[in-house]
Amino acid sequence: MTAAAAKAQPALTQQEAFVQFLLRMGDNTLILGHRVSEWCGHAPVLEEDIALANIALDLIGQTQIWLGLAADVQGEGKSADDLAFLRDAWDFRNLLLVEMPNGDFGQTLMRQFLFDAWHGLMLEQLKSSSDERVAAIAEKASKEVAYHFERSAETVISLGDGTEESHNRMQAALDYLWPYVGEMFLSDEIDAAMEQAGIAPDPTTLRDAYDTRVSDVLAEATLTIPESRFAQKGGRTGQMHTEHLGHLLTQMQWLQRAYPGAKW
Amino acid sequence: MKNEWPLWEVFIRGQHGMSHRHVGSLHAPDAEMAIKNARDVYTRRNEGVSIWVVEAAAITASSPSDKGPLYEPSESKVYRHPTFFDIPDEVGAM
Repeated sequence: MTAAAAKAQPALTQQEAFVQFLLRMGDNTLILGHRVSEWCGHAPVLEEDIALANIALDLIGQTQIWLGLAADVQGEGKSADDLAFLRDAWDFRNLLLVEMPNGDFGQTLMRQFLFDAWHGLMLEQLKSSSDERVAAIAEKASKEVAYHFERSAETVISLGDGTEESHNRMQAALDYLWPYVGEMFLSDEIDAAMEQAGIAPDPTTLRDAYDTRVSDVLAEATLTIPESRFAQKGGRTGQMHTEHLGHLLTQMQWLQRAYPGAKW
Repeated sequence: MKNEWPLWEVFIRGQHGMSHRHVGSLHAPDAEMAIKNARDVYTRRNEGVSIWVVEAAAITASSPSDKGPLYEPSESKVYRHPTFFDIPDEVGAM
């Protein structure tokens, strides 16, 4: 191979692909966990406030093990904290969906529901991963996520099939977030490498089960799924995040940026 | 229109074999959400294996002003306490 060709097509090693996969999983839970934590002290009622904080904590807990494993596999002596607090926007590999702003309570719950439905299916597959560490994380996380899904689905139904006001807000949230659903089922050379090694499923194979799961709930919620399947993308590859991620990171990372290495 | 969710009383069984104990109350739109909210509010530190919820309005309570007629008559009836029997050690805790 000539140097020019190598530069044009930098082939990923198996280890690099694995790290990217782990970052995708861990960045999803990190960014969504942070987003949900923004509700702490602001939710409409105390019960929802605590429930959202619990979900955020579950997601941050999962982040610690995903990013911990990513750092181990990377082998550069970094920690999960280094990966969470010292990377910049373009290094993040989360789906665009999870970095979308909270909006109103309905939009937060719709985002949660659309993500939970995918997250549960993904973790179910990862339980039989050829990598024991991945399978162990999935085993633990899938129980938490089963509850997240139950709760978000039930709330989407209650609000969608609630008052005219709540119905309209949920429909607006669905219309706003639907273009970010498709990215969950995109597949690239990293996914191909993971699928070949038996570590993770090809995301495209999850779409049918996802559509069934989501359309059942949305039908009960009397909400209409937008017809367009146009998918915003660029989050999981890091090519193009939304303008919202930088603002989120500024808040999440400021302490480590202002006081490097600070501990408490 | 009433905007407040009804109040629910929450009972949690800490371990198998124990009885459910009242742990507090919360607001929820219906019984299923009350169970979920109870899980989130009252079992965060691994407190329970079973949850009961009941709408607070469904509980009939004794009146504090009745405490004379309700409770005082039993104060003078010590023979109702099973302290006059010798319990063999083999029986263990009762």
